[in-house]
Formats: sequence, structure tokens, C-alpha cells
Amino acid sequence: MSLLSKKNMVFLKDPLMDNNPISTQVLGICSALAVTVQLQTAIVMSIAVISVISISNVLISLIRNKVPSNIRIIIELAIIASLVILVDQVLKAFLYDISKQLSVFVGLIITNCIVLGRAEAFALQNKPWPSFLDGVGNGLGYSMILIVVAFGRELLGSGTLFGFQVIPDAAYAAGYQNMGLMVLAPGAFILLGLIIWVQRTITGTVAD
Amino acid sequence: MENLISLFVESVFVNNILLAYFLGMCSFLAVSKRVDTAIGLGLAVIFVEVITVPVNWAIYHYLLAPGALAWAGLPDVDLSFLGFISYIAVIAALVQLVEMVIDRYSPALYSALGIFLPLIAVNCAILGASLFMVEREYTFTESAVFGLGSGVGFALAIAAMAAIREKLRYSHIPEGLRGLGITMLITGLMAMAFMSFSGISL
Repeated sequence: MSLLSKKNMVFLKDPLMDNNPISTQVLGICSALAVTVQLQTAIVMSIAVISVISISNVLISLIRNKVPSNIRIIIELAIIASLVILVDQVLKAFLYDISKQLSVFVGLIITNCIVLGRAEAFALQNKPWPSFLDGVGNGLGYSMILIVVAFGRELLGSGTLFGFQVIPDAAYAAGYQNMGLMVLAPGAFILLGLIIWVQRTITGTVAD
Repeated sequence: MENLISLFVESVFVNNILLAYFLGMCSFLAVSKRVDTAIGLGLAVIFVEVITVPVNWAIYHYLLAPGALAWAGLPDVDLSFLGFISYIAVIAALVQLVEMVIDRYSPALYSALGIFLPLIAVNCAILGASLFMVEREYTFTESAVFGLGSGVGFALAIAAMAAIREKLRYSHIPEGLRGLGITMLITGLMAMAFMSFSGISL
């Protein structure tokens, strides 16, 4: 079986739209909202989550037959926490300013339900390679929502993208104003609610 | 004392851990369908927060912080990078304990909370409160008050949300917006309402 066969690609593609971890499975919303005031922090956070979730999926899948099921949660948490410590140290060493902005939210990847959820639901039953693809796919699905929300919040809230001003000065002179609400918490909730609406209308998911 | 009261009010209303910092959203969305289970989860979170934040304070200040091991004759050791893993271990152990207590004294609540009781261990609000406590350099009493305040804030938000969602069952909502979508929009409106507390200072 080739590594990128059709069956394996499903693991990668499915979480992007039809089975998106945030909007369909309702996992990992906490961090999704807090780091999306700016695109830059959202992207750094996405990379951190993708690396943690894919590596933890592989590791847990490797030891899945050796761990007694009644202590598996604590072992999974230990693996995830160690990986998050690594990511945190790397960020502190190379991207100190962004790691200050992300503050406690890097640590909170440990309790991001996506990571533990995929470990429980997928990595415990599958071989390392599909688990890796599933981790990357779910990480990407998460990142996609994160980046869309951050794009909207930074554009509407501060008139910038990646810190560069994109709304021309002429627009401000003509009376355009940044929407302060978008920078604050309610903006994030409302924007995510609307994105979920659009996405569920496209995929045709209807909740009970 | 005044400073403690103001810290409490601030962490319940102004800096509500859920509505201002987005922590604990997963269980907030999943358990807010009925008021009684929501209140049960709220109480469990308050209980776990009040214990874990001060315990983690002690662990940080006597074991992990730079120079904290001076009492053991090791003044140069900085173990603060072990923070995440020790906090989560304390939280997981405590949640196990709470689970056993609830199972013993209130089986009804135990079965109502179901899977969400063990999931308190991965509730971001709990770990988040411990991390904020370290980042904001609270003293021991402040950390206890902060733990209580953020727990009460979470309980208040989830109980209010459950009450709204019970009423919502009778209203017409566009198909794609049902469930998660409308809940997020209402949370946004609630966050806006809580923001109006931000002018208050004691």
C-alpha cells in the first residue's frame, strides 16, 4: 500500500471540511478564539498545534498495544504535556515576542480537546502513519478556522494584516472607523458563530 | 482585604475566565443544554479551582520557580519549565478525587455529568487559572481568591447559558445556525453584556 493512497488521503482531507474539528466536532474552541486578534499569532499557534497533534498521534499510536487501558489518559497527558513543553521552549528561544503575546495559551495546548480527542478516538486504534496523517489533517482543519477568524478580526478590528495597514488613509479620512468590538472577546464569538453558519450551510450539517 | 474583594469581583465579572479569556469553552458548549447539569458542572469546577490554584501556587513557589529550591540547598536550580506537566498532574489527580466523592454522595449528579467529569481534567479553565496565577505573580491568598472567583465566573456563565438554551428550544432558527452557531452568537452577546461591568472598580 503506498503511503499516500486514496484511503490515507481521506484521513488528511476529511477533517478540513466535512469533519472539521472546530466547527463540526466542537473541539478546541478555547484557544481558537484567544489567539486570533492578529494573523501572526494565529499562524504561530497553528504551527505549534499541528506539530504537537501529529507527533503525539504517532507516539501514542506506537505504544497503543503496550498501555493498559485504565491508565491510558494519564500517559497520553504526559506525552502531550512533554511535547508542549518542548514547543514552549522553542518558541521562547526563537520567537520570544510572539511567545509573550501568546502567554498562557501555548501551555493550554495541553488541554486543547483536539489533541487528546484525536489520541483517544484515532491514534489508539490505528497504525502510526494513518495517525500521523489524521493529526496533520485535524491540525490543518483547526488552523484553517483560526486563520479565517484572525483574518476577519485583524482586518475589521485594526485595519491591518500581519501588522501592515491595508485600509487606505483616505478611507479613514472619509469617516471609516475600525470596529473596536472585533478586537474584544464578543467579536470573536460572533465571528466564529457566523463562520460556523456559513460552513454548515455548505456542508449541509444540521445539528439536533 | 479590599484588594481581595476587588480581585474576586474582577475575576467573576470583568475578567470572566470564559467570556473574556475563552477558557473552558468545550465543556461550556457541551454541558449547557440543561440548567441542572450546568449548575452541577459549575459547582464541580468551583471546587476543583479553589483547591488546584493554591496547590499549584505552592508547587511553583517551593519547587519550580528560579531559586525556589534554596531551602533544599540548591539555590541555582530553575525548574520552571516543568510547570505544565506538574500542574496537569495535580489537576488530574484532584479530578479523580472529586469524581470518587461525587460518585459516593450524589450518584444522580454523577450520571448526569457522565463523561464531562473526567474531562474537567482537560478543561482549559482549570489549567488556565493556574497559568494566569503564575504569570500575574499572585500571593498565596490572592491565588485562592482568584481560584474561587474564576470558578464562580465559569459557573455563572454556564448556568446563564443553559437557561437561555432551554428557552431557545421553542424558537425558529435557520438550519445551519442551529446548535453550535447560535450558541456562539449568544455567547458573544453575553460577553458584550459582561463587558459593561468593566468600568466597576472597588
